[in-house]
Amino acid sequence: MNPGDLQAPDIEWVALSPSLVVFAAAVVGVLIEAFAPRSARYAAEVVVSSVGLAGAFAAVVALAANGHGTSKSQIAGMGSLAVDGPALFLQGVTVLVGLVSVFLFAERRLEPVAHGARVDSFAAQPAAVPGGKAEQEAVRAGHTTTEIFPLLLFAVGGMLLFPAANDLLVLFIALEILSLPLYLLCALARRRRLLSQESAVKYFLLGAFASAFLLFGVALLYGYAGTTSYAGIADVISGEPSHMEPGLASTMGNDALLLIGGAMVLMGLLFKVGAVPFHMWTPDVYQGAPTPVTGFMASATKVAAFGAMLRLMYVVLPGLQWDWEPVMWGVAIASMVAGAVIAITQTDVKRLLAYSSIAHAGFILSGVVAVSEDGVSSVLFYLGAYSFVTLGAFAVVTLVRDAGGEATHLSKWAGLGRRSPLLAAVFALFLLAFAGIPLTSGFASKFAVFSAVAQSGGMGLVIVGVLASAVAAFFYIRVIVLMFFSEPRPDGPSVVIPSPLTMSVVGVAAAATVVLGVAPQYFLDLADQAGVFVR
Amino acid sequence: MSFPLLTATAAVPAIGAVATAAVPAARRTGAKWLALAFSLVTVGFAAAVLLRFDTGSGADRFQLTESHSWIEDFGVRYELGVDGIGATMIALTAVLVPFLIGAGWNDADPVEGEPQATRRWRPTQGFFALILMVEAMVVLSFAATDVFLFYLFFEAMLIPMYFLIGGFGDRAGEQGEEGQARQRSYAAVKFLLYNLVGGLVMLAAVIGLYAQTADQLDAGTFSLQAILEARASGDLDFSTGVERWLFLGFFFAFAIKAPLWPLHTWLPNAMGEATAPVAVLITAIVDKVGTFAMLRFCLGLFPEASDWATPVILVLSLVSILYGALVALGQRDMKRLIAYASISHFGFIVLGVFAMTSQGQGGATLYMINHGIATAALLLVAGFLIARRGSRLIGDYGGVQKTAPVLAGTFLVGGLATLSLPGTGPFVSEFLVLVGTFSRHQAVGIIACTGIVLAALYVLVLYQRTMTGPVRAGLEKLPDLRVRELAVVTPLIGLLLFLGVYPKPLTEIVNPAVEHTLSDVHQTDPEPQIDVSEVEAAE
Repeated sequence: MNPGDLQAPDIEWVALSPSLVVFAAAVVGVLIEAFAPRSARYAAEVVVSSVGLAGAFAAVVALAANGHGTSKSQIAGMGSLAVDGPALFLQGVTVLVGLVSVFLFAERRLEPVAHGARVDSFAAQPAAVPGGKAEQEAVRAGHTTTEIFPLLLFAVGGMLLFPAANDLLVLFIALEILSLPLYLLCALARRRRLLSQESAVKYFLLGAFASAFLLFGVALLYGYAGTTSYAGIADVISGEPSHMEPGLASTMGNDALLLIGGAMVLMGLLFKVGAVPFHMWTPDVYQGAPTPVTGFMASATKVAAFGAMLRLMYVVLPGLQWDWEPVMWGVAIASMVAGAVIAITQTDVKRLLAYSSIAHAGFILSGVVAVSEDGVSSVLFYLGAYSFVTLGAFAVVTLVRDAGGEATHLSKWAGLGRRSPLLAAVFALFLLAFAGIPLTSGFASKFAVFSAVAQSGGMGLVIVGVLASAVAAFFYIRVIVLMFFSEPRPDGPSVVIPSPLTMSVVGVAAAATVVLGVAPQYFLDLADQAGVFVR
Repeated sequence: MSFPLLTATAAVPAIGAVATAAVPAARRTGAKWLALAFSLVTVGFAAAVLLRFDTGSGADRFQLTESHSWIEDFGVRYELGVDGIGATMIALTAVLVPFLIGAGWNDADPVEGEPQATRRWRPTQGFFALILMVEAMVVLSFAATDVFLFYLFFEAMLIPMYFLIGGFGDRAGEQGEEGQARQRSYAAVKFLLYNLVGGLVMLAAVIGLYAQTADQLDAGTFSLQAILEARASGDLDFSTGVERWLFLGFFFAFAIKAPLWPLHTWLPNAMGEATAPVAVLITAIVDKVGTFAMLRFCLGLFPEASDWATPVILVLSLVSILYGALVALGQRDMKRLIAYASISHFGFIVLGVFAMTSQGQGGATLYMINHGIATAALLLVAGFLIARRGSRLIGDYGGVQKTAPVLAGTFLVGGLATLSLPGTGPFVSEFLVLVGTFSRHQAVGIIACTGIVLAALYVLVLYQRTMTGPVRAGLEKLPDLRVRELAVVTPLIGLLLFLGVYPKPLTEIVNPAVEHTLSDVHQTDPEPQIDVSEVEAAE
């Protein structure tokens, strides 16, 4: 081969179609922002995003039906991305969550009509100084930020790559693609803009820090293995390197690099899932971000990041199980306990859900630690079930409002069950699912994870998990008490009747919660079939 | 495939719950009749269960079985089946619920003058729907022969119970509406947390059991029959330590539910704050799932560990008997008094279960039924009284028998049944429990007998202070029992007297099941210590 000849990369377009479709839709979204008139943007963006995500979901289903998740699983994109069971399962979940989130983002009936225009829960002019003149003008003109849709699509695209990444550099790139739009989205709340901007800055700074850790870890692992591909690193760990990199002869195979590098990459991922001790950002960001964004972030990011973590642990680091297992045990236990205990003292619904998500990160982590096929499929199932409950819960939060916008302080929720029994009942359903009460999806998923852990000999983890569940149940129940058994406050919030968009989100989430609780077999089967990683 | 009778028995109240909840707000009375109708149909199905149950000597242990695959991944099957104990417990549940609905007819009506801003708030419909929901779940947990399935309903029934306790209470007393609501939600949360913690500990044990079966058998299973067979054939063998831990996990949950001292403290709160029918639902029906499960799951699955734990459990049940009775003596609140009396009685039941004799366990099963009916009679009449005066305090009453003689009379009969007067149902069961205990653990039997004396004391003192003596101010015009109330109480009293005189139909159904349970734990009744021939020779 002459030096001038460039070999065209060999891309499996079909196998990568889900993420390609999403990115294409995102690009179209950007073009709409650039060229479409302001009045047409909202409708065009909603249609493009929905169609794009629905198309991506269809692509995932088609791939899975074709056996790409099982017999035909492969490494695509010149070794950069895996197309296998776990990747397709998580991509399916992510795309669905994204699709439902589009509906939440597009909701325009909650905010009072401003100067004749229906507006959503995002800032009219995000670049304007909060409370400044430019903002007032933008509000008066009835502007809305339709850029949220392409941002959402880019984030979803990153999330599709994240659990499929089969190369550390692709992992890092996917992380950045999914994170940057999220940082922005966090800053876009229409009300309480300072809080929102603060949360975005916090998320950005800490997130950048975590990304740096991850990147540093990638560098160290490269120094250890001479390659960034997962399979290549695994080969070096198992002592069968495919080739020696002459320039790295002094560091290759140095276990110190492996341990430190692996730990740093893990740290980056643990930050994204919000596990203790990398959880500090969670409550502030969850509280400050616009609630639709919080719902999206809380469910989809977790799905993607746990997917990436699973692949890293099962493909790259299985040979190191003895080294990382105790640490991960510790992280899982700390997350379960800290999340559950700290949540007790919370007085804000969004912060409460944030701490509950930390506890749930612990539950899921314990499934990750159960290094078995059952462990993988139970984690997959948990992620699917949990993401819909989360999305539904945050969707309900967007509906409970008073004059100041969303009434997130818990005391304002007193007696909600009397004013709007149906909504309170649905929220109670979500809380019971979080608490893991039988006949909800939360129980089925918790049971799946804990039984996988018990079978791999982690009875101690199960017991801690069960006790943490008991503590967690306390604060979920407390909210139910507040809603049903307390007298309504005269100045309490009212429940806004939303458009069919939000209603469908709540409906889908409630249906998923019940179906996955009562008849989980089909989805457990799916997760079971998807439990094998390609190498 | 035969008709799924057990599923139908549970499905009727479940459908009834949904139907009742769907009745529009204005049609309150219609909702009540609808709930009553569904509960009566359930009685019909439960009667069919009893009739179809074969008590012959060669009959299967579990009958009316249904088995469908459900969550294959966890080895969970939808498996139902009843032995004699399960069948009678289902019958008890089905029989009591219509009376509870009748007794609570007006308990959940909206208070006069409450702002009608809450148009969609339908407490009455909710109240009866929740009762039916609990009934469905209790029936399923009595019928489940799959450990996971049992756990599911054991836990799930907490949620409707929780709303029943927290959402509905007696009319405001001296504490006022606000204070009472606070007390009530405290009681509801305490109930839920105690039982949830117990349930979660049991969940760990359930998972542990699954891990054991998955480890030793071809595939993990929760089927009680499969596990019993595997244990009998030696395919499944727990190490001593594992078996003890699993036993403790299960027993902890059941001891909270039952409730056994020192895990009992939620019961007086819950029973005190709930309306009388809900209090009966707790103590007469829901709590029985705990003692029932000890018989079916603790003894059946973990015989060696049960044997190992017996001494401690016997002591705990003795403490329950005496402590419950003594504290009942000191109560000022009528419903709390009955709650502590129930704790004492649950002590007897657990004593009978762990006496490991056929009389003891047969007596314990009868006790569950008789205690259910007797407590229902006493507590419902107490509830009628409380509704008239608006106070639960014993000190607020006196001389009621002069103004409301029928009320006082039924109260007395219910009380006498509670103290196990011969001729009433509870006497037979208490006697059997004591005989069964005595034949194996003499000292325990003797100490337990003092519980009877104390029971006489707290019941009679309660009667004396409320019903006899001069009529208290404010009680001069106390109305006597109405037709609805009489219709609730009379059949219960009739049932108590009937079972006191003629318990044979019950014992016939229960005894084979008890024999099976005893053989699970590898126990036989101790030989009589006196040789019959010697006695005859001496004569």
